[in-house]
Amino acid sequence: MAVLIYAEHDNQHLKPDTHKLVTAASQMGDELHVLVAGEGVDAIAKQAATIAGVSKVIVADNAAYAHQLAEPVSALVADLGKDYSHVLAAATTTGKNFMPRVAAMLDVAQISDIIRVDSADTFVRPIYAGNAIATVQSEDAIKVLTVRSAAFDAAAEGNSASIENSDVVKAMDISGFVGEELTESERPELTAADVIISGGRGMQNGENFALLEGIADKLGAAIGASRAAVDAGFVPNDMQVGQTGKIVAPQLYIAVGISGAIQHLAGMKDSKIIVAINKDEEAPIFQVADYGLVGDLFDILPQLEAAL
Amino acid sequence: MKILVPVKRAIDYNVKVRVKPDNSAVDLTNAKMAINPFCEIAVEEAVRLKEKGTASEVVVVSIGEKACQEQIRTALALGADRGLHIETSDSLDSLQVAKLLQKVVEEEAPQLVILGKQSIDSDNNQTGQMLAALTGMPQGTFASEVQVEEGSVAVTREIDGGLQTVKLSLPAVVTTDLRLNEPRYASLPNIMKAKRKPLDVKAAADYGVDLTSKVKTLKVEAPAQRQGGVKVADVAELVEKLKTEAKVI
Ligand SMILES: Cc1cc2nc3c(=O)[nH]c(=O)nc-3n(C[C@H](O)[C@H](O)[C@H](O)COP(=O)(O)OP(=O)(O)OC[C@H]3O[C@@H](n4cnc5c(N)ncnc54)[C@H](O)[C@@H]3O)c2cc1C
Ligand SMILES: Nc1ncnc2c1ncn2[C@@H]1O[C@H](COP(=O)(O)O)[C@@H](O)[C@H]1O
Repeated sequence: MAVLIYAEHDNQHLKPDTHKLVTAASQMGDELHVLVAGEGVDAIAKQAATIAGVSKVIVADNAAYAHQLAEPVSALVADLGKDYSHVLAAATTTGKNFMPRVAAMLDVAQISDIIRVDSADTFVRPIYAGNAIATVQSEDAIKVLTVRSAAFDAAAEGNSASIENSDVVKAMDISGFVGEELTESERPELTAADVIISGGRGMQNGENFALLEGIADKLGAAIGASRAAVDAGFVPNDMQVGQTGKIVAPQLYIAVGISGAIQHLAGMKDSKIIVAINKDEEAPIFQVADYGLVGDLFDILPQLEAAL
Repeated sequence: MKILVPVKRAIDYNVKVRVKPDNSAVDLTNAKMAINPFCEIAVEEAVRLKEKGTASEVVVVSIGEKACQEQIRTALALGADRGLHIETSDSLDSLQVAKLLQKVVEEEAPQLVILGKQSIDSDNNQTGQMLAALTGMPQGTFASEVQVEEGSVAVTREIDGGLQTVKLSLPAVVTTDLRLNEPRYASLPNIMKAKRKPLDVKAAADYGVDLTSKVKTLKVEAPAQRQGGVKVADVAELVEKLKTEAKVI
């Protein structure tokens, strides 16, 4: 059975999600193809060809895919995907955007956000913000899946799969790209970081996030936030961790001034070690924290930075 | 311009669910139910577009058991004009929901369909995109801003790296993210008024859509519980434990 994997990239770099998708895919079939769609993606395709286990990289290099808009990309993936037993994309905002279109075009269900592969047709996924874990079996001829990358290890590199160009072009005029405001940061990406320090409503304002930055610098950490901190405008939306934001599973997660609502826990409770800093000793975040420190974050954070 | 808003009845977001002892499903007995929060944001956006004079009519549709008429009434109390309940006792996949909505789109011919980005029970995040594909409409998912122009709509989307704006020709599908708006509360007079607004009921079976699902749920389990940890006295102890016990720094 051949598996088609949609490469996650930002037109510059292949994202580590792709390596994790390959691991998930290898548990479904043994012929693994990676599709790199975008514009000017030669280097990305070459990198994808180095992932162990990949037998072929298909490149769809065309202006139509430059911004990976859902309409042309889903048409491309559905067109290629009909010859595969499984089609996979990462459960990122890119994958979540176009994959359900692919499923609908192929007239099959999509199984979202899988965290485990039990067999080629049976998958495990969290529902209800991770408060229940469902095992589902699909009878569809083509399984369309999005994968929670944090749940899979990255496949190794050291391969030289063949690279093939696809001439399928699905240009469409019903949608167009207008612009982007991307957050510039020297820090690791949230979903790839080993250490994350997140601030919540308790931070009081955006300026106070500087208190987290010093610590993040020392730990090489990414900075995250709760929904409340994003809604209040302290920090941008792409920092939201949770059920409906980013799902993370770092080695160390430090929650500062975050109460621990189920929607936030859904995004971080698979972290290896959780530290909570909160002045309310009854805050639910302490129920999942390995190490809890009760106190005022404005006293604790400067001490922590100094101690590291 | 007519706007169609599909709303889903879902468990209230404050309720912590439990899995049934036989591991067949989540136990919803006596659970508090509500409009899925993202659908509430969708209703609010549609109503604001009507208040601005951009939209002329807001139609809400919900697919499910009889009880989802409560959520349609709530949407009507928030300002929608009329409701459609498509009744079924089957639990449907997003694909089947999207196929039923496709029929509704054919009948109602809305210029804009605004859905939630995600149900907080299934956590699927699929229906809007599937509906867009089935009807051939463009989509603006995870919207934090929607601007209707002549014949098109500009949608600012929350993406992993920040924000992206796309322009879609109408008719189009939009799915809502948390920052799109803050839904209002229904006032008592509006709740009373909503009782008299039209609500059509149709049977899902009458739409000629195959409602059988190809995905079987084999079991539903409780997640692994984290062991509650310890409280540390001060920063020194925390750093010490992270270094020598957890070995993560
Ligand atoms: C549909 C939906 C989706 C959602 N998705 C998400 C999501 O993806 N991610 C998410 O995070 N939330 C999400 N939420 C919101 C969630 O329910 C909570 O409202 C949110 O997580 C609360 O954020 P918070 O913990 O920062 O704020 P609060 O709950 O207000 O907690 C603030 C905490 O800071 C502490 N504090 C205050 N001052 C100090 C101080 N000086 N020192 C130390 N501690 C202090 C307080 O004791 C308190 O515990 C969602 C909600 C809904 C309805
Ligand atoms: N049974 C339903 N009835 C009406 N709308 C629905 C139904 N299920 C899903 N939707 C819509 O689709 C959105 C996304 O749902 P989902 O794809 O299930 O995560 C919801 O926020 C609703 O707007």
